[in-house]
Amino acid sequence: MIELYAWAAIGLIILASTAGDVLLAYSMKRVGDVGELWKQRGALAVLGRVLATPTFALGLAAMAIAFYSLLFGLSWGNLSLVVPASTSLTFVANAVAARIFLHERVSRRRWIAALLVGAGVILMAL
Amino acid sequence: MTFQKYLVLAGITVFATAGDALLARGMKELGGVSLHHLSGLLLAILNPSVAGGILLLIAFFACYVSALSWADLTYVLPATSSGYVFVALTAHFAFHEVISPTRWLGIALITAGVGFVAAGPSLTPVPRIDSRDPLSHEVKS
Repeated sequence: MIELYAWAAIGLIILASTAGDVLLAYSMKRVGDVGELWKQRGALAVLGRVLATPTFALGLAAMAIAFYSLLFGLSWGNLSLVVPASTSLTFVANAVAARIFLHERVSRRRWIAALLVGAGVILMAL
Repeated sequence: MTFQKYLVLAGITVFATAGDALLARGMKELGGVSLHHLSGLLLAILNPSVAGGILLLIAFFACYVSALSWADLTYVLPATSSGYVFVALTAHFAFHEVISPTRWLGIALITAGVGFVAAGPSLTPVPRIDSRDPLSHEVKS
């Protein structure tokens, strides 16, 4: 039963952190290259434009949900299960979500990278 | 990709790793925080390690969203995962922790993955349709 709770938490972490990453990436693409914006209009303009993007706040909220799910997951499951399982699967989930929602061109090179890093994270936790 | 942009990517890795390490050290100094004394979590900010860790994690977040403004998510995430490798190598060479063969294999896989994605393009070249803002049309590599 405890195992089931831990996996439910892992699922929630993956879902929330992927949603958060996608929302933040989407918001920042709308804001535009912050380096250029900073040079042309200053730091306050960057901050103002980021905060004026509603999806940015949603992304932050999703990240907060992911963080608290991690805390709950850690209280039910082992550190050595929850952290590597959620981190490695998040890499793969992000590649899928970025392709569907952000229309990023996830080339074979990027799939391999996501899978290699995901597998590496699991091996490092063993 | 300019040198400055590589610096931002390095910043994500370094700030996240150092921030987590400081935060972990600070929380160990404080001891366990029980759910019945949540005020302990608020007071944790007064611990110098915790405060330093939070500042570094804010720096990490600034670098992270900045990178997302000019690179794809599927580029930024794998490209900055070398933090796991840095932590393991620091533990090995600075603190003489033993790294098992499985962990060395994990380090090799992550390094290969980072190299794989970093050698490719950083941004999907799609013309963005957003007439409000001339800046967002720029596609730089």
